[in-house]
Amino acid sequence: MTGIKDATAIVGIGQTSFAKHLPEDERTLACRAVLAALDDAGIAPGEVDALASYTMEETDEVELAKAVGFGDLTFFSKIGFGGGGSCATVAHLAAAIAAGQATVGVAWRSRKRGSGPRPWTNTAVQLPTPAQWTRPFGLLRPADEIAMLARRYLHEYGATRDHLFNVALACRNRANQNPAAVMYERPLTREMYMSSRWISEPLCLYDNCLETDGALACVVVSAERARDCRRAPVYVHSAAQGLPAQHHGMVNYWNDDPLTGPAWAAARHLWKHADFTPDDVDVAQIYDAFTPLVPLSLEGYGFCGRGEGGAFTEGGALETGGRLPLNTGGGGLSEAYVHGFNLINEGVKQLRGTSTAQVPGAATCLVTAGEGVPTSALLLRN
Amino acid sequence: MLTPVTDADGAPFWRYAARGELRVQACADCGEPRFPPRPCCPHCRSFTSEWRPTSGRGRIWSYVVPHPPLLPDYAAQAPYNVILVELADAPRIRMVGNLVSEPGAPLGSFPPDQVRIGARVQVVFDGDGLPQWILERP
Ligand SMILES: [Zn+2]
Repeated sequence: MTGIKDATAIVGIGQTSFAKHLPEDERTLACRAVLAALDDAGIAPGEVDALASYTMEETDEVELAKAVGFGDLTFFSKIGFGGGGSCATVAHLAAAIAAGQATVGVAWRSRKRGSGPRPWTNTAVQLPTPAQWTRPFGLLRPADEIAMLARRYLHEYGATRDHLFNVALACRNRANQNPAAVMYERPLTREMYMSSRWISEPLCLYDNCLETDGALACVVVSAERARDCRRAPVYVHSAAQGLPAQHHGMVNYWNDDPLTGPAWAAARHLWKHADFTPDDVDVAQIYDAFTPLVPLSLEGYGFCGRGEGGAFTEGGALETGGRLPLNTGGGGLSEAYVHGFNLINEGVKQLRGTSTAQVPGAATCLVTAGEGVPTSALLLRN
Repeated sequence: MLTPVTDADGAPFWRYAARGELRVQACADCGEPRFPPRPCCPHCRSFTSEWRPTSGRGRIWSYVVPHPPLLPDYAAQAPYNVILVELADAPRIRMVGNLVSEPGAPLGSFPPDQVRIGARVQVVFDGDGLPQWILERP
């Protein structure tokens, strides 16, 4: 065994409820999710000695540690690029624990984007992408930036809005099975999708994730320690970050080859250190802030060839019983958009056999972070 | 409308634009153009650069049509097009802009449903020195 392969495991997960508006503030939600995850693991807060979070997280490590009563912390990490950092929190904790820098790690995300302001409306704040080349021309929001790539993708490969609908529908169908999802009991039809209002053509309302209040957390320990925990371990089999050469954040069109994004870079490392291949992945949780990120990711992570991501979604491939059941809690499109952390916890549920849309016998799961920004990904196994 | 908040690397672009010139940064040693402007050449690591004039011609690589909710000034013009132009002189340089009906016209002046990928465009400048694009052959 080398590196971090199966050296650590996720042994606890926790979450608050998800809604457009929750009365409690972000710090309170963070505390609740972290304590729920530790309780799930059967580990006392005083044993925690490592933390990992990612940028755009407003709850400070110091505040969290004091509020819930952690022990002395010997490792804390904050990964850049917002939603691109979700999986990297687990990766950093796994690396730290495998290297002996810590023993019990907690990662979390707390957000009030359902009831709070949207970052792009604050024009005084310098955004991560070089705004002088985009914002004066009215390219203002993440949806506009990704729609530019999506239009070219549709043009270049003959992908269609029906392919994007397949993504939105798979997520909605799984959310319809998940009582915790914001879109529980709210079915989506093709007619609703095709007649919905535009956000940024070619992206319509249902191509965009939900704005959600909520928090989640998970607990990472060594494989050895995991054997004594309350729940069956879900092993961190492989992990990677990806910031490819020439990459430009959301506006990857300043790259020679804009339609190959960070997924490609993360995937090369991820598979190099794995004992299995994309053909062996039973279920996937793919970051879905916008539907086009899914076909782009399917290509980047090697589930199909370049330009084939749209066609891959046909014939129910992303539905339960299909080739690659997708975002089985409903994802960012229909469960909750909590910067992708719900995808990590849903991956754990699948490998524990406790998902509300359980893939029978699921033994391997890919989880990815935001595509379109410097990203990260995990291969989990039970 | 949001005015460009420039930085040290980008300021020359806007100074030339205010004079009605579309120039791109290029390495003064190996000649590679680069965008957005940066202090160092990623090909030869030279710190010397020049601002090379362009023909101001290009082709539309992609486009979007934003709809509200948007910032107030932009919502008032929506739906409008935002295009991405591949420069004829440096095809790997792509610039965000707007296709307008004539120089100085508002963002929504060109019908969004008539924008096409591959269409040939020519740079013009509005009264504030902001680059805009018109069809090369209307
Ligand atoms: Zn050079």
